[in-house]
Amino acid sequence: MSLLDKQTDGLTPEEFEEDLKNRAHKMVEHLEKGNLKDAMQVIHEINEVRDKSLYKEIGRLTRALHEAIKNFHLDAGFSGRDKEQISSMADASERLSYVTKMTEQAANRTMDLVDESVPIAGDIAEKSKSLREGWQKLRKRQMKPTEFRELYHHIDEFLDTTEGKANTLYSNLNEIILAQDFQDLTGQVIKKVVDLVAEVEESLVHLVRMAGQLDTITGIEHRFDTKEKDKTVAEGPQMRAEERTDVVSGQDEVDDLLSSLGF
Amino acid sequence: MREVALDKNMKILIVDDFSTMRRIIKNLLRDLGFTNTAEADDGQTALPMLKSGGFDFLVTDWNMPGMTGIDLLKAVRADPKLASLPVLMVTAEAKRDQIVEAAQAGVNGYVVKPFTAQVLKEKIEKIFERVDASG
Repeated sequence: MSLLDKQTDGLTPEEFEEDLKNRAHKMVEHLEKGNLKDAMQVIHEINEVRDKSLYKEIGRLTRALHEAIKNFHLDAGFSGRDKEQISSMADASERLSYVTKMTEQAANRTMDLVDESVPIAGDIAEKSKSLREGWQKLRKRQMKPTEFRELYHHIDEFLDTTEGKANTLYSNLNEIILAQDFQDLTGQVIKKVVDLVAEVEESLVHLVRMAGQLDTITGIEHRFDTKEKDKTVAEGPQMRAEERTDVVSGQDEVDDLLSSLGF
Repeated sequence: MREVALDKNMKILIVDDFSTMRRIIKNLLRDLGFTNTAEADDGQTALPMLKSGGFDFLVTDWNMPGMTGIDLLKAVRADPKLASLPVLMVTAEAKRDQIVEAAQAGVNGYVVKPFTAQVLKEKIEKIFERVDASG
């Protein structure tokens, strides 16, 4: 019984293993009977099944790779000639740059408004303080007529300007709130990019799995060099810091660590 | 803690690749009374500024393109003219190994982002308290 006759398209790795076992037994039988010619024929058949199965897997892998490339338009977009055909990857980087730009604008807008508001609040506080001092004097009846005229004038001026200043502060605070609207936009953009990354990951896992089938048939074992990661290379804000023991959880732990080092 | 008499006119270089972070640090320093500040966006631009002289204090981020803050710190300590310049690191890098490396490279203070104005003030005071005590 030869699987090769029925299955000219090649075998799956599991079928191939089974087939190889059967043929190996057959080959040993031939050899024990001193039938070298038939034994050689079996070896030839094994090679043929192996080649065909290999071609089949390579074919599948190539198709999957092509699909992946097509799905993410990785082959287009970098020339910049066809804007419609922009690759998902180039699109994702563009989206993330947009997030950086939006958050920077919002931060600057907020700080501009705060910079504008701080002196106004300071001014109101200062004028109130001076008025309160005058008022105390008046209540204690320690005020001279010239000072009273001055206070009278100051109160007039204070009432005149404070309303306008409060209105400015009010509108600045509202604008600060509005400047946070980037959160909605960047949130949507980041979600899209996260979805894309998940899709790419899925495709890659699929490709790796298929490549693994090839390795089964060819009997190749990979030895992956595990690169020692530089422990102090900058990686930005550490994620899941509370679950990691190599990361401090806040300024207090930094201070503890530094003081243990003699700081 | 005893009040440290800080020289409010000292010249401070703020190094961070994000302009908003530079602005935040600059504003906080201004609130503390330090108005003599300059900015650089990474170690490569900062180092020539420092070498041309006049700076009394360096506040730097760690993670920057070009030249990182830790490399800038090492370059500063390796330069005889800058070796004693007080350096405060303000960074999101919070791994123990990184803090140890910064300490070994000769950092004077280490603040992890996000931070408060109070923490920044404390660390700056502590740095100059030590500088005063040793000098």
